[in-house]
Parts: sequence; structure tokens; C-alpha cells
Amino acid sequence: MALMPIAVVVVGVFLPAYPLRILDLVLLYAILGMGLNIVVGYAGLLDLGYVAFYAIGAYTYALLASPQFDLHLPFLLILAIGAGLAALAGVLLGIPVLRLRGDYLAIVTLGFGEIIRVLMNNLDWMTNGPQGIARIDEASLFGWRVSTPVDFLYLLVGLAVLTFLFVWRLQESALGTALAAVREDQDAARGCGIDTTGVKLIAFATSATIGGVGGVVFASMQRFVSPESFTFWESLSIVLVVVVGGLGNPFGVMLGAGLLVLVPELLRAYADYRQLLFGVALVLVILARPMGLIRREYGPSWFARKLMAR
Amino acid sequence: MATLVLQQLINALTVGAIYALIALGYTMVYGVLRLINFAHSEMFTAGAFVALFAAGLLGGVTGHPGVALLAGLATFVAIGLLGVSVEAVAYRPLRGTSRLAPMLSALGMAVVIQNVVMLAGGRRPLIYPSFLPRGVINVAGAIVSYKQLAILAVALVLMVGLELLVNRTSLGVKIRAVAESAETASLVGINPNLPIALIFFVGPGLGAVAGILYASYYGVATFSMGFVIGMKAFTAAILGGIGSIPGAVLGGLLLGAIETFATAWMPALTHGVIGTEYRDIFAFSVLVLILLFRPSGLLGEHVSEETMVYKRDF
Repeated sequence: MALMPIAVVVVGVFLPAYPLRILDLVLLYAILGMGLNIVVGYAGLLDLGYVAFYAIGAYTYALLASPQFDLHLPFLLILAIGAGLAALAGVLLGIPVLRLRGDYLAIVTLGFGEIIRVLMNNLDWMTNGPQGIARIDEASLFGWRVSTPVDFLYLLVGLAVLTFLFVWRLQESALGTALAAVREDQDAARGCGIDTTGVKLIAFATSATIGGVGGVVFASMQRFVSPESFTFWESLSIVLVVVVGGLGNPFGVMLGAGLLVLVPELLRAYADYRQLLFGVALVLVILARPMGLIRREYGPSWFARKLMAR
Repeated sequence: MATLVLQQLINALTVGAIYALIALGYTMVYGVLRLINFAHSEMFTAGAFVALFAAGLLGGVTGHPGVALLAGLATFVAIGLLGVSVEAVAYRPLRGTSRLAPMLSALGMAVVIQNVVMLAGGRRPLIYPSFLPRGVINVAGAIVSYKQLAILAVALVLMVGLELLVNRTSLGVKIRAVAESAETASLVGINPNLPIALIFFVGPGLGAVAGILYASYYGVATFSMGFVIGMKAFTAAILGGIGSIPGAVLGGLLLGAIETFATAWMPALTHGVIGTEYRDIFAFSVLVLILLFRPSGLLGEHVSEETMVYKRDF
């Protein structure tokens, strides 16, 4: 399993610029997908406004490291601030909704995603409105300047590995078990003494944090942010990454991220039909393989057991 | 001042009636299947476009007034059948699986319908000919257009019709029985598929008519107009108490009022800090406030938040 990231780096370093950028994008979506998977796959709740947390992260970096307010804080500090703000937004949004059964989460997050976009579009004094914020600083980590696609490959592989280990351990932890119980039968879980609201809130906030981190990295990669990057379609794409790849399975999410980035690239000529195909794919996958392409059982723990058994 | 309030009240009623018509579809489906039917907002959009197409076949909506009525009826039936087929294809096979699966399937159907509308009707906003009568009358200084009166009349007729269907017919008894408990209903010999299909005929049909009314009122139709309206209508359904038909009507009217008055008064009250561009945010704030303080809605029975078992007073 440890060979996979090394393989990605080795392959990636020799790729020309364009495929390398796509590989970076796959990794970014894999990170976001693994984050969203905590809510959708582990807790069984639908979050349709994940892009809001992503946007919060991206705008945090854009505002704190650009000529906009002439602030140039270091990358790691902003990473922490962005993640913190996203988590805070997740908690504030989760409190009214997650006390309930959670069906409403879908519609509330959908609304929240829209609100964040409307705010970014209209708070001109802060966000420059639809024009967005340009000339964002280069990221730098302990003196290492992250600027070329290869640099981002290293950064994203590192982050993806960290996220993967994190969500794997989360799934196997007591919290992960509690989430599975809530997903399967909330009343029974409550009967077993699980604080259902509490664990759902933790899951939601954790997922938001990863979204925020993804947003900060996105902003440092593009060095330009505008509300256009944070539409409902972006949220839907990340949901698709999770659902198509495998609900509750990080391997599935990686596969989903690969498919969701590569297939539209290959179908560029049919750009008009892209969203239509997305919709058809979503319905067909749900009908044919409700658990996604790779089932929940064949996750990291299963893989680790297989390796040990040999 | 009084005239201004009266004027806004009439505008609020018009918008509210449209929200209410859409909210009915959400509330009936949620009451029976516990499903947020994301595809419903696209029935609204598809309705507006199909009606335009139907009117075109009949020789244009500007001619005989019967054309508008006939096109409206045809649209109701067409979108109703679309709703029934969507249920049969995308939701029925998933009944009894997880709660997540049908919601995702509904989301996929929404995307499909919206894109079919876009490919057929174009990306750009269409100038929409009015299906409603022209002209205005003056009521105590406020200007009331015939359009507004027609919207209110159509909404009233449809709501009374629905009320009669659900409470006065044997089909209505079956719908209420399945909403109460599909299992118990099947024990006394009711096949739940028939009432569910009926709900998926009537709900989208009402949504489609709302689409025609909305597009005629504002004179424009876009393929993406269902997204925000759908969210507001769902908010209206929750506000009234989801699962409750009178609740959906009340919620729609109230939300229309909140939105109209907030948009009119907020810029003045906050000295322009909160402008009209935040109109869509008011509905969302209402949604969060209801979930915080009265999650069962206005007409939903007050029950523990955890079980969320609603009184379904169809």
C-alpha cells in the first residue's frame, strides 16, 4: 500500500506539464472526496454544499496572502486558519440541522453553498465580487517554494497520504463505529448510548476541515480565485466522486476522483453533454451499484489483512 | 404607506401562491416516501418549456385564450406522466434500500431533466409570452394586474381540487393510508404503488403549472430557474410542516410574504448594508430558524425532534 504514493510520484515526475496538472487535479479531488466521504459514506448523510467549505479555505488563502489587503501570511498559518474557519462553519451549520434525522442536511447544505457564492459575488469590498482575487502569493513550506506542477504533486501526494491515513483510522476508531451505527439505525444507535447528534456533528466538522484544507491548496495552485469556481456543480462533482467510486471506501474515492477528472477531459468535444452524462451516470450507478464501484468491505483494513495473511 | 403595504401584500400573495403549488409536490412525496425529491424543481422548469412548446403547436398563445388553457392542461398531463415514469424508473427499485440511495437518484434525475431542457430550449433566457390575461385594475390605490388575479385563481382552483381528491375520494383514502403507514395499508389490501404513482402524477403536474404561472408572471424562462425556486418551495413545505397539505399552502404564502417584505424593507432598515441582491438568503435564513426552533413546522404535530414522525394530515 505504501508503494502507491511512491508510484504516483515516480510516474508524475516524468509526465509533461498538461497530464501532470490533471494528475494534480485527480489528487485534489481524491482529498476532497475522502473528506466528503466522512459525511456521505460513513455517516450516511447527504452534503450538497461541500463546495462552501472548499470556498472558505480558498478565499482565506486569497485574502491573507495577496495584494488585496496587502497581507502576506505564511502558507502553513493560513492552512490552519482556513481549516479552522471551515470547521467553525461546519459546526455552526450542523448544530441546527443535525439534531434532526439528517434528511434536511441535504437541502440546508445546498442552500448554504448558494449563500456562500452569493456573498462572494456581492461583498465587493472584500472579495472583488465576480472579478475574483488575482496575484495570490506562491505557497512556501519551511523555505520550500511550491510553485511548479511537480512541487504541487509532492505536496498533494503528501496531503493525500495524510488524509488517507486519517480517514482510515477514523473509520476504524470508536467514532467510526458510532457513525456506522448511526448510519444503519439511528434509533438503535441512540439506544446503545451513542450521542447521535454529537458524532454527526464531529463527522460534519471533520469533513468541513478537510474541505477547507483542499480550498487553501486550490487557491495556492491556481493563484486566482473567483466565485465561478464554487458553483453547485463543483459540489455535485465531489458527491459523484464519492458515490461512483465507493461509498465509505477511500480506495473507491480515489478511483472515483480519477474517473471524474479523466472522463470529462477525454470527452471535451462533447462538453455540452457533460452534465447530462453526469446525471445519467449518477442514476445508473445508484441503480446498478448502490454502494459504488468498489464496495465498502474492500477498504484499507481488508487490504491490510490480505497483505498480512500472505 | 397603506397603499404600499397593500401593493406588497398582493405581490407577496402572488409569489406565495406559486411557492405553495410547488411545495405541495415536495410535501406529498416526503409524507409518503420520506424522500426529498430533488427532481421536483425541474418539473417546474420543464413545465414552463413544455407549455410553450404545446402552445406553439396549437398556433401560439397570443391567439385564442383557449390555447393557453389547453396548453396548460396538456402540460399538466405530460409532466404528470414524466413524474410517474421518473418514480417507476429511478425511485421504485430503490424503495427499502438506504435512505441515501433514492435521494442521490433524485439528484441525478434533476440533473438529467435540467440538461434535457437546456439542450432542447437553449442556454439563454427565453422571453416568455404570457399565458395569462393582460391589463390592470386599481384597488384602493394599489395596482393589481389580471396576471396576478389569474395566478391566484388558478392556484385556488388547483388547491381546492387537490383537497377534494385527497379528502373526498376513495383514492384519497388510499393516499392517506399509505402516507400513514405503507405496511399497514398493504395489510388491508391497498397496493401502495397506485397511490404513490398518483402522488407522482399530481405533484409534478402542480409544479408544472406553477412553472407556467411563474414564467408568465416574470415574462422570462431559463433552464436553470428551478434550482433556487425549488429550494424555496421546499423551505415553504418545511415551514408549514412537511407532510401536511394545508401546511404547504400556508408555508408557501408565508414565505412569499417574508421574502417580499424583507426585500422591500431591509435595504431601508439597514441603510443599504443588506440590499435586494440578498433576496435569496432570506428564505434560507427562515429555513435555519425553523429547524432551530420548530422543526416540525407550523402545522406539523409537535413531536420529539429525534423521531421526526410527523402528523400527516392529508
